[in-house]
Amino acid sequence: MINENIAEIRLGTASCGIASGAGAVLEKMQAMAGDFAITEVGCVGCCYAEPLAEVITKDGQSIFYGNLTADEKCLANIFALSEEGRFVEPEARKQKTLPKVLKLAGRINPVSIEAYKAVGGYEALAKAQAMSPEAIVNAIKASGLRGRGGGGFPTGMKWGFLAAKDSAEKIIICNADEGDPGAFMDRSLMESVPHQVLEGMLIAAAATGATKLFIYCRAEYPMAIKNLKIAIEQIKANQLNIVHGRELEIIIKEGAGAFVCGEETALIASLEGKRGTPRFRPPFPTDSGYHELPTMINNVETFGNVPCIIAEGAEAYASIGTANSKGTKIFALAGDLKYPGLVEVPMGITLREIVFEIGGADPEHVKAVQTGGPSGGCIPVELFDTPVDYDSLRSLGAIMGSGGMIVIGKNRCMVETARYFLDFTRRESCGKCTFCRVGTARMFETLERITQGEGTLEDIDFLETLGNQVRKGSLCGLGQTAPNPVLATLRYFKNEYLDHVEKHTCTALECNALVKVKLDQSKCVKCKLCIKTCPTGAIGEDFVIDPAKCTRCNSCIEICPKKAISRHPND
Amino acid sequence: MEKIKACLDKIAPEPGNLIRGLQAIQTSAGYVSDEAIKVAADYFKVAPVEIEGVLSFYAQFKRVKPGKYTVAVCDGTACHIKGSPLIMEWLSDALKIRPGETDAEGNFTIEKVSCLGCCSLAPVMAVNGTVYGKLDRKKVIRILKEYQNK
Ligand SMILES: Cc1cc2nc3c(=O)[nH]c(=O)nc-3n(C[C@H](O)[C@H](O)[C@H](O)COP(=O)(O)O)c2cc1C
Ligand code: SF4
Ligand code: SF4
Ligand code: FES
Ligand code: FES
Repeated sequence: MINENIAEIRLGTASCGIASGAGAVLEKMQAMAGDFAITEVGCVGCCYAEPLAEVITKDGQSIFYGNLTADEKCLANIFALSEEGRFVEPEARKQKTLPKVLKLAGRINPVSIEAYKAVGGYEALAKAQAMSPEAIVNAIKASGLRGRGGGGFPTGMKWGFLAAKDSAEKIIICNADEGDPGAFMDRSLMESVPHQVLEGMLIAAAATGATKLFIYCRAEYPMAIKNLKIAIEQIKANQLNIVHGRELEIIIKEGAGAFVCGEETALIASLEGKRGTPRFRPPFPTDSGYHELPTMINNVETFGNVPCIIAEGAEAYASIGTANSKGTKIFALAGDLKYPGLVEVPMGITLREIVFEIGGADPEHVKAVQTGGPSGGCIPVELFDTPVDYDSLRSLGAIMGSGGMIVIGKNRCMVETARYFLDFTRRESCGKCTFCRVGTARMFETLERITQGEGTLEDIDFLETLGNQVRKGSLCGLGQTAPNPVLATLRYFKNEYLDHVEKHTCTALECNALVKVKLDQSKCVKCKLCIKTCPTGAIGEDFVIDPAKCTRCNSCIEICPKKAISRHPND
Repeated sequence: MEKIKACLDKIAPEPGNLIRGLQAIQTSAGYVSDEAIKVAADYFKVAPVEIEGVLSFYAQFKRVKPGKYTVAVCDGTACHIKGSPLIMEWLSDALKIRPGETDAEGNFTIEKVSCLGCCSLAPVMAVNGTVYGKLDRKKVIRILKEYQNK
């Protein structure tokens, strides 16, 4: 019953696929396929089509089947190579993206070293083994690679610092804390191509003389941790951890849920088993880090780039991108758009291309995009022709960040968005610096007041003044960047702040205190579904909503078959 | 007591492994009890207050016993703008508890977490680690019922 032209069937079972139901699909598929083994692969990044299967035909074609369910009829399409149920990647996405780091993601079994080797894996490491440490560092320098963890520090330079240290023991740490809430590039890389990340780390060890490699991964990523552990065992079994004659130790440590631990000095404290509070730099970790040893920290995606650079050569890599930002960047696209997912694009592509062409967002509906998470800022749709690189985004008051990109629709309130981020940073502040601890709390309270409709014009000035003080008075990047979401929204969406304090309205109709839920009697068919669903009994038998009882929970709006209930400005 | 000690068996008693030890305890018991703090303090040779400091610093650690099912509602950026506050509200209404609390029967705990890494399926929640995406009210109530009937 399996079409004879089928050579291989792959099913994405990364944690995103599993969350969409790939587990049940796999079980059913395997039962239907009998002896024909289905290959479990990572994630190709087309999240909106998950669960997603790819069929490779004997003549080398690739055919996708998307939005699968564990249903015989649905899955039979795959085995029959039927035209029905096929998923075709949108043309714009195919043309505008440039998968290099993600080239193998979702194409191979993540936990098979043989599969990775069969497509050229560990050839870059072999090449590096034959090079001198200086030559590797120089290649990374020439590639122009900059840190993908948010800071954008030139990677080759950092490697040079560690290589220059004269020490019997040197440490390399892979920062897999991925703290930006709304980003999942690193998770996907570790789940889909763990060997590629580890190969990058081994090449870094060859370049710098490191003796011990750590991966600090957030505990919320159990599958990433599992896959890395398996990959490390395979590396040891294949003796690939012997670099320039030295046998390297590779250790995974799980984080415990603190955003600030993504900061490098805090991360080191956490690795030592302590509370993760940042400390003043200098000394920089490359001078004194983990247990005072020279220590170098790079992000997951930074390491993921390394094998490509060594394999293809620095020049080829540097030919992609803009003057000061080379190569490609992976973004996690989410929010108000049609095609959320992971995209890898060349540096210098415009926001317009990413959000509208690749992401399929509706130009009529989009207001802004938020990059860099709680440390970043929003960019209004008017500025979407900006090319994406480290410097241009910074000049707009946002940052490239680690790659989270959230599309914000017109029905979202920018003051509420800023409030949300400050709520996050105030809770995550480690408390060491007064400006960060007290300042973020004050800013949050002020924003809360404004969203409640109780803010004043002075509050807006206060936010600006305090924001700049917190920026200057904080020790680590968390405090220094915490005001960014506020300052950026004040820069581009001051009118929304003014509406809240002067007119006591929320134009986006999001802030509950400034909104009333009303039932339009002329559309109502008296089905009583709303009355049954309302948790507070706010809807009377006369189909009028009592604003004193209503909590603006939207339950009735969602359930009404006639769309008779909606949100309105307070009168 | 013995059970707690057993969790630490495979972990070398160095201060650098303290967080790992506490994670092992939490995985097995669901939380870190006062008794567990004493055992860990003995084992890793650090003061109990220091352990309390570490526990309160990291969001992952729980000091009270959670319910049979922990419903973790994602409030990362993507989920937040896709309506996670409403999801929390619906759950609170249905279970009559606030985030961070456990119901009287000890069946459900609800908590707010930041990003489960499935942002493109936002809004998302997880029940004892099983992730559910693209939530709306109907789906939330249905999932809750499934667990209530288990
Ligand atoms: C509050 C804060 C959180 C951070 N979180 C992360 C993170 O989750 N992942 C990461 O790679 N870098 C994070 N960083 C940046 C790291 O401190 C460090 O610059 C980076 O890991 C270096 O690697 P790279 O040069 O390869 O980017 C964070 C920085 C700050 C200040
Ligand atoms: S800026 Fe904030 S998070 Fe950073 S060290 Fe100071 S108090 Fe801690
Ligand atoms: S919004 Fe919620 S509380 Fe208000 S009337 Fe509708 S269901 Fe009831
Ligand atoms: S489907 Fe895997 S990251 Fe989206
Ligand atoms: S923001 Fe909810 S899963 Fe990432």
